[in-house]
Amino acid sequence: MKEERNNVSRRDFLKIAAGATAATALAACGVKSEDAQVKDNPVHTGKKTMGEMTYRETTTTHDRVSLLGFGCMRFPTVEGESAREGDAPIDQEAVNAMIDYAMEHGVNYYDTSPAYCKGHSEEVVGKALSRHPREKYFVATKLSNFSPDTWSREESLKIYHNSFKYLQVDYIDYMLLHAIGMNGMEEYNKRYVDNGMLDFLLEERKAGRIRNLGFSYHGDVEVFDYLLSKHDEYHWDFVQIQMNYVDWTHAKEVNERNTNAEYLYAELDKRNIPVVIMEPLLGGRLATLPNHLSERLKNQRPDDSIASWAFRYLGTFPRILTVLSGMTYMEHLKDNLLTYSPLEPLSDDEMALVYDVAKNLVEYPLVPCTGCQYCMPCPYGLDIPTIFKHYNTCVQTGHMPDEVGDPEYKKLRRAYLVGYDRSVPKERQANHCIGCGRCMAHCPQGIIIPREMRRIDAYVEKLKQGK
Amino acid sequence: MKYLKPLRRVLAVLFWVAAALLFLDFTGTIHHYLGWVAKIQFLPAILALNLAVVVVLVLLTLLFGRIYCSVICPLGVTQDFVSWLSSKRKKHHYRFGYSKEIKWLRYGFLALFLVVLIAGIGSLFTLLDPYASFGRIVSQLVQPLWIKINNLLAAWAAQHESYAFYDKSVWMRSIPTLVVAIVSLVVVVVLAWRGGRTYCNTVCPVGTILGLLSRFSLLKPVINTEKCNGCGLCGKGCKSSCINTKEHQIDYSRCVVCMDCINNCRQGAITYGLRYKRAEEGGVDKSRRQMMAATAILATTAAVKAQEKRVDGGLAVIEDKQAPVRETPLVPAGARSLKHFSQHCVACQLCITACPNEVLRPSGRLENLMQPEMSYERGYCRPECTKCSDICPAGAIVKLAPGEKASTQIGHAVWVEKNCVSARNEAACNNCAVHCPAGAITMVHMNPNDETSPMRPAIDTERCIGCGACEHLCPSRPFSAIYVEGHQQHRTI
Repeated sequence: MKEERNNVSRRDFLKIAAGATAATALAACGVKSEDAQVKDNPVHTGKKTMGEMTYRETTTTHDRVSLLGFGCMRFPTVEGESAREGDAPIDQEAVNAMIDYAMEHGVNYYDTSPAYCKGHSEEVVGKALSRHPREKYFVATKLSNFSPDTWSREESLKIYHNSFKYLQVDYIDYMLLHAIGMNGMEEYNKRYVDNGMLDFLLEERKAGRIRNLGFSYHGDVEVFDYLLSKHDEYHWDFVQIQMNYVDWTHAKEVNERNTNAEYLYAELDKRNIPVVIMEPLLGGRLATLPNHLSERLKNQRPDDSIASWAFRYLGTFPRILTVLSGMTYMEHLKDNLLTYSPLEPLSDDEMALVYDVAKNLVEYPLVPCTGCQYCMPCPYGLDIPTIFKHYNTCVQTGHMPDEVGDPEYKKLRRAYLVGYDRSVPKERQANHCIGCGRCMAHCPQGIIIPREMRRIDAYVEKLKQGK
Repeated sequence: MKYLKPLRRVLAVLFWVAAALLFLDFTGTIHHYLGWVAKIQFLPAILALNLAVVVVLVLLTLLFGRIYCSVICPLGVTQDFVSWLSSKRKKHHYRFGYSKEIKWLRYGFLALFLVVLIAGIGSLFTLLDPYASFGRIVSQLVQPLWIKINNLLAAWAAQHESYAFYDKSVWMRSIPTLVVAIVSLVVVVVLAWRGGRTYCNTVCPVGTILGLLSRFSLLKPVINTEKCNGCGLCGKGCKSSCINTKEHQIDYSRCVVCMDCINNCRQGAITYGLRYKRAEEGGVDKSRRQMMAATAILATTAAVKAQEKRVDGGLAVIEDKQAPVRETPLVPAGARSLKHFSQHCVACQLCITACPNEVLRPSGRLENLMQPEMSYERGYCRPECTKCSDICPAGAIVKLAPGEKASTQIGHAVWVEKNCVSARNEAACNNCAVHCPAGAITMVHMNPNDETSPMRPAIDTERCIGCGACEHLCPSRPFSAIYVEGHQQHRTI
C-alpha cells in the first residue's frame, strides 16, 4: 500500500517536473509557432508541415547544435539492411544522400566511433561530410579502446589519430571517452588513466584539436559518479547517456546493470552539463509498441509516428543538447526531422501518458505466443497457450488491474481472476509450473516458458492478495 | 392483539432467510452484512463467551417468553413451516392436543448434552444444537443446488462477457456429515409434520434451557376464564401441545409464544400480557406422544461425485490429489488449539461454506465428527484470507487481526522423498520453495558434497506456518511429496 502511494506521488511529481521543464524548454530555445517561417518542404505526412529545426546551445563553446543528432552506427549496407546486422559493405551513396538531406534540413551533429559499423563508420562519415563546408557540421567521435590490446598508450593514440584521418578533419568537435562504466572503475583506469590518455585528451582540448570533451556512460554508475565528482578538474563540456521514457525510471527492469535516466539527467543538470542522448528508442523498441499501447498514442495524435513520441519526450528536457538517432533509412530521417522542426514539447498529460506506456511496457510485456500448441501437452498438465492467451488478451485490451487505489481496480481484478478460472482450470494454471523446461525445446518463438509462467503467477498472486 | 402473529411471522421469515443465505453464500458478500445472524444464536454465543448476546437473549426470554425459538432460531422456524404445511391438509388445521411434558426425555437430553459438552467428548454435543443442525442441513443439502444454479448463471454470464457470476465446484466434502444432515432433516421434518414443536420441547437443549427461564417471563399468553367457553380450539391449534384447555393452564416452559392461540380463540379470551394468575401444575392428561421414530434411511445413492467432462485435446490428464493421512488434524488459524477448537465448535458448517479456497471440510474423525478440518487437495489456506475467523459465531475460530494469520503456525510441512519429482531426478522442480509465503523452504542438494546431485526441499519447520501452498502446488499426484502435519497447539512465530 505504502509503495503504491509512493508511486502515485512520484508520478505526480513527474507531472509537475515535466510541466516545468516543458515551460522552460519553450522559453529557453524559443520554439517558433507552426506558421512562422514554414519552409516549402517535400516531407509531408498527414497535416503536419516541416518548419525550422530546433537548436540548443552548449555551455562552454556556445555551439548551436540541432536537437536531432545523426547517429552513425546503423548505416545501410548495399544489401539494404542496417550495417549493425549485416556483413555487406556500407552503401556510401545512400549515406551521402541521407547526410546531404540532413544537412539541408538543419542537422549539424554527427556522432560516430572507430568501432561502429565494424570499424567502417568513421571512414564513411568522413567521405560524406567532407563534401560539406567544415564549419557547417559538428562531428563527434570516441576513443573506443575497448579491447585490452588497445589499452596501451601507443594503440590508443593510433585509434585517436586514425579518427582524424578517416573523418578528414584537423579538429574534432566532440570527443568522448567511450562507454565508461563497462566493467567498472578498474577498466576505466586501464583505458584512460594508467596510459595517460585522459591527460592527453585534456591537452588536446587545450590545443584546440578537441573542441568539446565528454564521455558516454553505460554500466557501473560508480564510474559515472566518479567522473562527475571530478568535473571541477576536467570540466566536461558534455556527457552522453542512455535516456528514453522507459529508462527514466525503469532502467533496471530493462537491464540490470543500467541506471535510471532520471538520476543521470539530474546529476548532469545540476552541474549545467549539456546532455547528449543515445538510445532514444531503446534499441528500436519504442518505435513499434504493442497494439494496445500504440493505440493510446494514435488516439492522441493519429498522424504522428510512434517514434516521434520518444523524440518529443526527450526534447521536452531543456538540458538535452541533441538526441542521437541511428538512422538507416531516409524515412527514419524524414520522420525525425518532422518531429524536431520544430520541437513541440509534450504537455503534462502527454508526459503522464508516455510514462504510463513505459510502465505497461515494462511491467506487462506481452508473451509472443502464437498458440501453435507445439509445447503441449505439458507433462504436469498446464494449459500453456491458454494461460498466455488470457494474459495477453488482458494486456492488449488494457484490462490489467494496476494499483489498489485505482477506481477500476476491483472490477478489473475480478475480471482477470474470474476470467482466468474460466479459461484455465485451476489445476492447469501457471502456479503449477515446476519449471522443468521440457516445453522450451518445442517453442518456435523461443519463449522462456517457465520464466513467463512465474511472471504471470507472481502477477496473479499479487492480484489475489490485493483484496 | 391479533397483529402479534403476523408480526412474529414476518420477523421469523426475515431471520430465517438471513440465516439460510448465510449458509448458501460462497462469495463472502452476505457474510459481511449478515454475519451477526449467526452470532446471536444461543449456543454459539455461549461457546464464544459472547456475554452481551447471552444476556440479551436471557432478558428477552424473561420478558417475552421463548420468542428466540419462534423468531431467531432458524431450525424452529423451519419446523413451523413444515407444521404449517401439514396443517394445510384437510381436517388437519386443528390437529394438536394437550400433552404432558415428558420431563425425563427433556432433561435427559439436556443432561446428556451438558455432560458431553463439559466432558469434551468430541463433537457429539453439536448433534443437538438446533442452529448447527440447520447449518448442516442447508450447507450439505441445499447449497450444492444453489451453487449449481449459480453455475448456470455463470455460464450465461461468460457468454455475455460479464463477470457478475463465477463458477464454483460442488464436491463431496464428508459423507458422515451428509448422512447426519439427512437424518436430522428427516427427524425434524417428520416430528414437525406430525407434532409441531415436538423436537423443540423434548430434544432441543436450547429449548429446554430457555424453557426454564420462560416459565417466569413477564409477558405471556394468558387465558381469561371468564371469557373462555371451553371450546378447546386453542389447545387443538397449539403446535407446542402446551395448552391444557380443561384446566385453562398453559405450560410456559414449552410455549414458544407463536401467538397462534390468540388468533384461534373466537372469544378473545386469550391475550398476551402480564400474568395475573399463578399457573399451577395441572392434573395428568392422557397424552398421545410422538415416538421418536428415527428413521434411519441412509441415502446410499447420494454422494456420487459428479465427474465433469473435459475436452482433453493436447492436455495431459491430471490425476486428482488425495489427502494424506495426517496424524494431527489441521484446523484454521484462530482455532488456537485442537482442544479449544473442538470445545467451541458447534459444527454448523458456516466456515466451510464460506471458505473460498475449498480447504475446509467436515471431519470424518469420530472425536471431531462434522467439525471442520483442513486439507489441501483443492487449494491452500491463503495467508491473507480470514473468512472463517470473521464468520465463526462460536469463538471456535477466534477473529484474526489483519496480518496475524501469516504469523500463526497451525502445522508444519513434511517432505516425502519417494514422491518428490526433484529428488527422483525426474524434473528440476522447486515449486514448493517458490510458493512458500513464509520462505521456510530451501532447495538443497541431496548430497551436500555433490554439486550434481538432485535438489530436494529442506524445510525450516520453525518458520513454516502450515498454509499448504507447498502441498497443494506439488506436482506429485495423487499424493504430494510435501504435506502439512497439524499442530495440537497453534503458535505465533
